[in-house]
Amino acid sequence: MSVGDAAHAGLNLGDTDRETNAVAGGDLFGFWMFLMSDAVIFALLFATYGVMLPATAGGPTPASEYKIGPTFIETLLLLTSSLTYGMAALAMKHGALRVRTSAWLVVTLVLGVMFLGFEMHDFTEMFAHGAYPTRSGYLSAFFGLVPLHGLHVLIGCLWMVVMLTQLRVFGIDARVKINLLRLGLFWHFLDIVWIAIFSTVYLPGLMR
Amino acid sequence: MSTPIWPAVLGRFEWRDLPLVRAWQQPTINELIGAGAGAIVIIGAVALVVLLTVTGRWRWLWSEWLTSLDHKKIGIMYVVIAFIMLSRALIEANLMRLQQASAIEAPGIVAPAHFAELFSTHGSIMIFFMAMPFLTGVMNYLVPLQIGARDVAFPLLNAIGLWLTGAGAALMMISLVIGRFSTGGWSGYPPYTEIEFNPGVGPDYWIWAVTLGSIASTIAGINIAVTIYKMRCPGMHLMRMQMFCWTSLCTAILMVFAMPPLTVATALLALDRYLGFHFFTNALGGNMMNYANLFWMFGHPEVYIVILPAFGIWSEVVSTFSSKELYGYVSLVIATMVIAALSFTVWLHHFFTMGQSPSINAAFGIATMAIGVPTGVKIYNWIWTMFRGEVRFTVPMLYALAFMMTFVLGGLTGIILAFPPLDYVVHNTTFLVAHFHNMLIPGTLYGMIAAYTFWFPKAFGFRLDEHWGRIACACWVIGFYLAFMPLYVLGAAGMARRTQAVMEPAYRPWLYAAELGAVILFCGLVALFVQLRVSIRSRDANRVAAGDPWDGRGLEWSVSAPPPEYNFAHLPHVEQRYAFYDDKRKHAPYARPPHYQAITMPKNSAVAPILGIAGAATSFALVWYMWWLAILGLLTIVATVITRSFARDIERVIPADEVARTNDAWLEAVALTRPVPRELETGRANQGLAKVRA
Repeated sequence: MSVGDAAHAGLNLGDTDRETNAVAGGDLFGFWMFLMSDAVIFALLFATYGVMLPATAGGPTPASEYKIGPTFIETLLLLTSSLTYGMAALAMKHGALRVRTSAWLVVTLVLGVMFLGFEMHDFTEMFAHGAYPTRSGYLSAFFGLVPLHGLHVLIGCLWMVVMLTQLRVFGIDARVKINLLRLGLFWHFLDIVWIAIFSTVYLPGLMR
Repeated sequence: MSTPIWPAVLGRFEWRDLPLVRAWQQPTINELIGAGAGAIVIIGAVALVVLLTVTGRWRWLWSEWLTSLDHKKIGIMYVVIAFIMLSRALIEANLMRLQQASAIEAPGIVAPAHFAELFSTHGSIMIFFMAMPFLTGVMNYLVPLQIGARDVAFPLLNAIGLWLTGAGAALMMISLVIGRFSTGGWSGYPPYTEIEFNPGVGPDYWIWAVTLGSIASTIAGINIAVTIYKMRCPGMHLMRMQMFCWTSLCTAILMVFAMPPLTVATALLALDRYLGFHFFTNALGGNMMNYANLFWMFGHPEVYIVILPAFGIWSEVVSTFSSKELYGYVSLVIATMVIAALSFTVWLHHFFTMGQSPSINAAFGIATMAIGVPTGVKIYNWIWTMFRGEVRFTVPMLYALAFMMTFVLGGLTGIILAFPPLDYVVHNTTFLVAHFHNMLIPGTLYGMIAAYTFWFPKAFGFRLDEHWGRIACACWVIGFYLAFMPLYVLGAAGMARRTQAVMEPAYRPWLYAAELGAVILFCGLVALFVQLRVSIRSRDANRVAAGDPWDGRGLEWSVSAPPPEYNFAHLPHVEQRYAFYDDKRKHAPYARPPHYQAITMPKNSAVAPILGIAGAATSFALVWYMWWLAILGLLTIVATVITRSFARDIERVIPADEVARTNDAWLEAVALTRPVPRELETGRANQGLAKVRA
């Protein structure tokens, strides 16, 4: 294996499609750069959240607002969706029937939508307690960070619908493959961000 | 206005928001200046439309330029935006100087709020819509040519970046015609820019224009970095690249990591203003220090984003016009990388006085001084490159010399400011204004004008007029010293920056000198435009079709001027640094390749113009609370992106015999061209073929 063959993580076509694999190198590397840039945005919002945690202005606090049950279910949903996306990517790589790739994508999509449903429910409950982002600096920082992740998941779901349509229209052609690889990176990235949210926003908030 | 339909359609717009209406109602000098500026924008736009219609050039403009994905054309369009915005911001600078010179114990010509708009737009434009488009344009044009590639990694994304930059610039221009701009300075500090103190449209114009520019720069950074990492021609190892590619790579990395903090800062400020969040407000736990940190985490790397490409340009210019290899290539690469890394460790020196402990200030002060070391390394490298070289004082070289002298001075005052105790004394005075202009004008602006002069023959096939180039250079240099050295004195004497009226008569001579300097700087801009016009008129006498007017080193000089769309008829294989320069001395650089192949290039696309216009419309709608238009714009953006993802017919093939025909014709022309020795290179004998001494 020469240096030129050393692939990036996420470049998962291997020997099954050498031609697309060669083109995908630059495309996926570009998407990695985008994700790094997006990661900086999340990092700054985490830092802002950390700084603004004490700024509750006499209003709701993390302990009064977070609930372990729903957030744990959300975590399970999103982590499982990463697994099912991985299954879709494997089906695509090994040239399985288009139906199998699509089926795994549909499962992932359903899990993503369920995650969004749970999250929306969390937010409405917080609103019901008067925990609006306009209430305090702490809540502003919370609603600057967590819903941005939700917005990313929503965009990921929309993207998945587009890819399911393209699978029907084009089958598994080179561009569909590359875009599914990109979507995979995006989806797993959101998983990692969620793990950070769960373990630095929700868990410490509940332990306090 | 009485029917309730209008607020739903026009948002918070009222007739009094038009400067022309305001001037009609209240014809003071202040309002007339505002109305005049708005009128210039309108007349300019109308004149452009009329000109395009009369000459029947709409179709040409659309298919040859606006929808083109050619990195060279995109680069040129970036530079055009930069020149337009430079003109506006320089006029504003002149107005500010005139105001301060005329407002010594007097009201002057513009009102305080208007003056605040002037320094806010001047700073925002010069950074986001002059420096950034200029350097992005130059990188766009040169990087693929210098690394032996036919295009950038993501041609469509490249065009989208251009159009988002254009959208931001358009929003800045619209703010002259409709409404008012922010009065919060180019850094837009809350809580002053919060809705509580600034309920008008000004800060919203600033937020959305800067956000568009910020997103565009992130995109450009990703594109250039991937291009350099992935698209180099065979044999072009990283350590064989031209120095400009190295500085472009570092700039691109800085863009990818330093623009997001700005996007976060403006987005959070927008959340505060639009949805009542409390990120930076005074009440309910908001904390403006978060903004200061976020903004300068972008702001300081930004300083190096605008200076590093110029360092690359100086390396090319000094080496070429000294006919010597760049001294200390490896040390320059290391210095560039060190600067890029250290640039993320010094942001706090922008607010030493805002309440940190002395030990934190000391740490950042030391880091700030440390960053002067790699910069000093570079200056020595350029001096040693000139040493015993065959130095020719061409226009780019004159800028290079002026840069080295002036930039070192600015660096020394920077070291003064890096001492927290000294910074306490002169912070927020014109000393600081003098310091950063002393870095940015020689560093970035001279660098960009030098690049424009140096590579213009490559891009358009003829040289720029030498005489007017020298006049422009003299104006930019003399004007700079006259305009900004007095500000050091005034700042040390305690004159606060951004002052609309001055109560100290002793400042008078210095302010007059600065005013004269500003006028001379403006003459420099005029001289550049005269130079362009003179050069276009006499272009036939100054053609350099062979493509190598300066005996250059990089691969960009090895192709015709202007280069074909696909850059290289035959992709080069390089075996060493400066391969083309060596080829000229030892081999036959203009040999016919053994065979030609068909070349695949991207087709034109209307996606980028649609996204740019929709982006501008959405931003404008958000400024004026025209919610229907904002939603429409956003939906257009989403629909366009999705539709594009279904497009499969996106490439076109240039057949091998067409490539052969073009390239053979050029090679024949080169064979008939008389080589020019270096001492005649600025004269008409220069047809773009370098005479090589054995």
